[in-house]
Amino acid sequence: MSSPDSPTARATGTYPVKRGLAEMLKGGVIMDVVTPEQARIAEDAGACAVMALERVPADIRRDGGVSRMSDPEMIEGIQAMVSIPVMAKVRIGHFVEAQILESLGVDFIDESEVLTPADEAHHIDKYKFTVPFVCGATNLGEALRRISEGACMIRSKGEAGTGNIVEAVRHLRSIIGDMKKITQADSAELFEWAKRLQAPLSLVQEIAETGWLPVPMFCAGGIATPADAALAMQLGAEAVFVGSGIFKSDDPSPRAKAIVEATTHFRDASILAKVSRGLGAPMTGIGMDEINQRFAERGW
Amino acid sequence: MLVGVLALQGAFAAHELALAECGVQCRQVRVAADLDGIAALVMPGGESTTMSRLLTTSGLFDPLGKRIADGLPVFGTCAGMILLAAEVLDGRPDQVSFAAIDITVRRNGYGRQVDSFEADIEVPKLESPFHAVFIRAPKVERLGAAVEVIASHQGVPVLAREGSVFVASFHPELTPDYRLHSLFLQEV
Repeated sequence: MSSPDSPTARATGTYPVKRGLAEMLKGGVIMDVVTPEQARIAEDAGACAVMALERVPADIRRDGGVSRMSDPEMIEGIQAMVSIPVMAKVRIGHFVEAQILESLGVDFIDESEVLTPADEAHHIDKYKFTVPFVCGATNLGEALRRISEGACMIRSKGEAGTGNIVEAVRHLRSIIGDMKKITQADSAELFEWAKRLQAPLSLVQEIAETGWLPVPMFCAGGIATPADAALAMQLGAEAVFVGSGIFKSDDPSPRAKAIVEATTHFRDASILAKVSRGLGAPMTGIGMDEINQRFAERGW
Repeated sequence: MLVGVLALQGAFAAHELALAECGVQCRQVRVAADLDGIAALVMPGGESTTMSRLLTTSGLFDPLGKRIADGLPVFGTCAGMILLAAEVLDGRPDQVSFAAIDITVRRNGYGRQVDSFEADIEVPKLESPFHAVFIRAPKVERLGAAVEVIASHQGVPVLAREGSVFVASFHPELTPDYRLHSLFLQEV
């Protein structure tokens, strides 16, 4: 080893450090898991991270009641089982749940509409945390409000626990469509865009220049097949979250592997055809007119 | 000059931007055919276990390994460093690596995300310090005799080379400072 050089300043929890992990997860699949054994299956399949939670969204939807942060013991069990990043969910606005997850050394916190909101007006001030946050969004205004609160990653919400991709497609098209329009707007029109989106003008101006959010945007809510994952990627998502779609299917392991390959080779139809073969039944899924609780409507 | 960027998973888009700023053409590499005609390759940060699995399933591992053995210049950052290292600690038992540089690295050797950090590092080949971002970074724990250390942080090598194989435990693609990409390209 070389001789020690002079110590230089070392800063943790800065925005570039937090946003950096989001950048590292691009092109990957983040899988919901409820036990250490499922976390192992996810890592074996090539997940780039796991989301530790008590019940997958399909079960939350079925069981009803109040849905909260997971038991720390269960999260630690998953951290001990895998070496890939471990994420976990907190209720919207529940900053104490976030403090607890940060103390556990969770790698990413999802302030998630899938859990029952704790605050009907305020999201968490995410700048106060060393750990990075991801938040859901159904439209560009919502995405920019979350970014202004310190979110380092946005995921289009879709409709979790349905196995139905239609809402994810709606949200991706809405967010990306508005960004395309903003790049065509003149500088005077950007003020109107900021008003309409209820979002900071500086972020709208940044989109006008770059054509994209200042943080990565992933897709969540309704992905059940390799083709669904590739659809989200071709529409412009930079990675995917799969919740109920894996462990509510007939045979989770091969499906998880296939979704990982589909997310990497998302433009190669022959590979998509190959990995889609013989996976058994996907989760049954439900139509949007059959559900009485839309998780995506939570968040402000 | 055409430079490949391994695009199985991770921060490949950021590397493409950096390489474009250096004035070279890029190609995303996902399958063996993508290797044709590239003069060098960048392996990005991301999740090394994920990339390891995809290297195998895509059929890329053997042809790429052969190109590297034949002298293809490679620059691996973070997970890319793990994929190039001779020995990986705290990896998965089934994790593959090209063993192209004689170092031992420990995955997540600096800790979890809450321990990720940024710091200025002295790079003697550069005129001023380089601002480096370390994300769940691998830590170099052993260096082979043929390995040249280009930069260290607090006594631990963080940028090194052996022949035309360059590795960094941090992310030069995450800062708008392309001097290390240029340094690599000069050697190609």
